[in-house]
Amino acid sequence: MFENIVSPVLWLGGMGLVFGGLLAYAAKKFEVAQDPKVEQVRAALPGANCGACGYAGCDDMAAAVARGEVKANVCPSMSLERLAVVSDILGTDAGNIDRQKAVIMCGGVGEKSKRKFKYQGVKDCREAMVAMQGDKVCEFGCMGYGTCKKACVFDAIHIDHETGRVYVDESQCTGCGACEKVCPKKIIKRVPINSRVHVFCKTNRKGKEAREVCTAACIGCGLCAKECKFDAITMVDNLAVIDFEKCVNCGACVKKCPTGAIHKD
Amino acid sequence: MNLILIVVGAVLINNFVLVKFLGICPFLGVSKKVETAIGMGAAVIFVMTLASAITYVVQYAILEKFDIAYLQTIAFILVIAALVQFVELVIKKISPSLYQALGVYLPLITTNCAVLGAAILNIQNEYNFIESIVFGAAAAVGFTLAIVLFAAIRERMEYSPIPKALQGFPIALITASLMSIAFMGFSGMI
Repeated sequence: MFENIVSPVLWLGGMGLVFGGLLAYAAKKFEVAQDPKVEQVRAALPGANCGACGYAGCDDMAAAVARGEVKANVCPSMSLERLAVVSDILGTDAGNIDRQKAVIMCGGVGEKSKRKFKYQGVKDCREAMVAMQGDKVCEFGCMGYGTCKKACVFDAIHIDHETGRVYVDESQCTGCGACEKVCPKKIIKRVPINSRVHVFCKTNRKGKEAREVCTAACIGCGLCAKECKFDAITMVDNLAVIDFEKCVNCGACVKKCPTGAIHKD
Repeated sequence: MNLILIVVGAVLINNFVLVKFLGICPFLGVSKKVETAIGMGAAVIFVMTLASAITYVVQYAILEKFDIAYLQTIAFILVIAALVQFVELVIKKISPSLYQALGVYLPLITTNCAVLGAAILNIQNEYNFIESIVFGAAAAVGFTLAIVLFAAIRERMEYSPIPKALQGFPIALITASLMSIAFMGFSGMI
């Protein structure tokens, strides 16, 4: 009995120990001097391996940055502090970055926006699109099945279970754009991190039509464009578009919008 | 004569991938380009030959001697994992260019069931030391043959008009099964 347990434990443990020891020894013996900067840069990267930089993960990008191929600001998820760290490590300017955040450009939640039918399939927006281009009457309407939430590696997208609204937690969002890519309705857009006022609608329908489909739609009335003192809003295809270079986040347009499509957070 | 039979048997008749269905994961994963397929194949040949030799020693010098043959699977996995790590370290030091070519695939082999399969089949078939090594190497050559052929077909398919529903993995799986059927033609050769 005793023998049956102890002997295999000893042998297997012993083998593990011997192999482990050999590997440890080999790791020292065959050590290849690697540029220590690679590891330091790697530590300064966000480490989500989101691939937004175009390299195969953070390790790959760190190697490229250390070789001087690219600046660290190719990573859209870098913060200014992290960039400063990389600058310190390499002794060169790591470049500046326009931090962005994702915004889901749809305000048509719950009762506001009509649905064509009751969708009972897999809870995934891309799956829902297979059934008659989704269950929303509006082709730009967020269906709320959370495909973007699943795509987010930073846990920045949440679904409000009471209203069904899908929203981005600004403090968590790094602007990597993973959600933008998976959204089948293409209603997620990345905007400058300090922008506050957005048009939560992407529809190109004319006023009356848009109103019939969704009470929170932009009806293209142009009141906001007239109200804006900074010429930051232009009307493009029945839709108000905010120029973030000019917008000062005053919120004057928010008060004028008859449907509440523009709001400030 | 026996050795030749083992080689032919392992490469063609009992091809690991297409007949025994071992090592399907790298077969599907690393077969988009012929070049990378050759890299993977070379790494597998290297590791499988070494693993066959070492697991043979472990089996008869440790496991059988001390009546713990039932630990075969876990002991072999341990051996293979350690071996792959060791090989990676050595190659990194000795030949950086080989490391560049094989480096990415080596860790993948740790979990390649074909390597474990070869080690266990050696014991089951009661091969001696030389036969084990030859069988391991031949099986790996068979794996390489299959993956390189498959990669070449997949490269051609990139430019073929494939129905949208079948593009990518579906057509790859269908191709693999057709290749498997083709390799069945070798059965009965010996």
